[in-house]
Amino acid sequence: MSDILDLSAYEIRKKIIDREILIKDVLDLLFERIKENDNNSFITLCEDEAYKKAEELQKRLEDDPDGKKGKLFGIAVAIKDNICTKGIKTTAASKILYNFVPEYNATVIDLIEKEDGIIIGKTNMDEFAMGSTSETSYYGAVKNPLNNEYVSGGSSGGSASAVAGHECFMALGSDTGGSIRQPAGFCGVVGIKPTYSSVSRYGLIAYGSSLDQIGPIAGNVTDAVNLLEVISAYDPKDSTSKNGVDREYSKYLTDDIKDLKIGVPKEYLSDSVDADVRENIKNAIEVFKKLGCEVKECGLALTDYVVPAYYTIASAEASSNLERFDGVKYGLRADDYEGLHDMYKKTRKEGFGTEVKRRIMLGSFVLSSGYYDAYYLKALRVRNLIKQEFDKLFKEFDVILSPVSPETTPKIGESLSDPIKMYLSDVYTVSANLTGMPGISIPCGIDRNNMPVGMQLFADHFREDNIIKAAYAFEKAGKGM
Amino acid sequence: MKKIDDETLDYVEILAKLDLSEDERIKAKDDMEKMLAFIEKMNELDTKDVVPLSHVTDINNVFREDEEVSSFEAETILSNAPKNENNMYEVPCTILSE
Repeated sequence: MSDILDLSAYEIRKKIIDREILIKDVLDLLFERIKENDNNSFITLCEDEAYKKAEELQKRLEDDPDGKKGKLFGIAVAIKDNICTKGIKTTAASKILYNFVPEYNATVIDLIEKEDGIIIGKTNMDEFAMGSTSETSYYGAVKNPLNNEYVSGGSSGGSASAVAGHECFMALGSDTGGSIRQPAGFCGVVGIKPTYSSVSRYGLIAYGSSLDQIGPIAGNVTDAVNLLEVISAYDPKDSTSKNGVDREYSKYLTDDIKDLKIGVPKEYLSDSVDADVRENIKNAIEVFKKLGCEVKECGLALTDYVVPAYYTIASAEASSNLERFDGVKYGLRADDYEGLHDMYKKTRKEGFGTEVKRRIMLGSFVLSSGYYDAYYLKALRVRNLIKQEFDKLFKEFDVILSPVSPETTPKIGESLSDPIKMYLSDVYTVSANLTGMPGISIPCGIDRNNMPVGMQLFADHFREDNIIKAAYAFEKAGKGM
Repeated sequence: MKKIDDETLDYVEILAKLDLSEDERIKAKDDMEKMLAFIEKMNELDTKDVVPLSHVTDINNVFREDEEVSSFEAETILSNAPKNENNMYEVPCTILSE
């Protein structure tokens, strides 16, 4: 019976609709699996709400077997805990929001519910999405389901761990500098960071507003793309939401990628990249060549500048966005204080973890008068140069291929002592956020520790079609490997 | 390389609304100096004629009719406040009466 959990989301949906299995029984298996795995992938489980929704959907199915069924009918979805869910605690993995229960849903949640998806819980993550290993969570580190000694990646580590551990069929993450793609890579699943402005950020607890995008994590390309299609919509509640772009992603689930032009930046396969990662990426390149793609080396001379620019901008935006957590409107308020300012300071001292404080301080500094031009504006100018460099590449190539991370999955406890080293491991993911382009992460092999190696594919703005086709074809080719 | 002295750190603490212990201050100075040295790598690039880029996709103003729409009730929003009174957020006294 637990083989059921190995099925893809689209297979489960079919079994439910064909009444081969009851939704309630699937939920029983999932909640049992979550407890058995004990990977700390969830902060909050929504058992009561999930069973209630399952009953409602099952009744609809019995009453009217031929009635309309949503694209996610009966599918259990896990939600990263920085996405607001009405009536369900949303902590962003921080102590400062330990008791925050939103009064409204993020737009993506309404869209999932409209398509009959079932929200089964809120997943663990790095505090306020700041981290690359899901170890900065106030609620403890997330374990990698493939080997518990290793991290799940971050910041959407709980979502990736839940999908890889078969604790849900699909999940939402958020990606500010690689936070969907990198944990998906470390857990051997598929993650998509959509083009900036595709998916509404309304109800996402903001980290870096000009970089943040919500996106799907799933066990295969088809499931990830189907979930993306559900959550991607124009939303007047997000002032950066884009209207009138192609959002019918599922029609690109085809393996016809003959003549697709793929560029591989030579800087991304330099000697500083782990040998196993390089080897797996080279094998992936061969697969694409066999599929009829035109693969060529290209250059990204600004690669060494992306992480410095990214951390300057992300920290600046974070320091501004996190001002709102001050003990007045929601969450924690310190017990003892003298006056308003002391209350702010004590609340934030108590409520924020080390990594969050580090970024708030750096961000406050680079935005302060006297340093604003030298650091913050400088980073925005470098951001423009980086974007121009990618724009130029997309004139020649449909897709850029890259590793997800220059390193193999680290073990728990290895990363937090040297923050700059940890930041540098984001070198291949942050460009997509600085430039706004879409990126997909898919597994492409294993390393010497039997842990998965991830590959990324990028395309120009709103050209998800190219990376979906390429990823789908690669996945299909890999099934025969 | 930018050195973070006590005065600068005091200023950052005010801006960041943080209250650091002595140990945290020592660590914060070290962290910030290392981080600033790291991001100063950007100075290798000539950006004199480059426009700062803050928004990445093409967007333009979208106008709409100025219509009234319902919003949240005050008590709904206040339900998450650590303290509230008379339908308002309650904060420590900020103005002293004569």
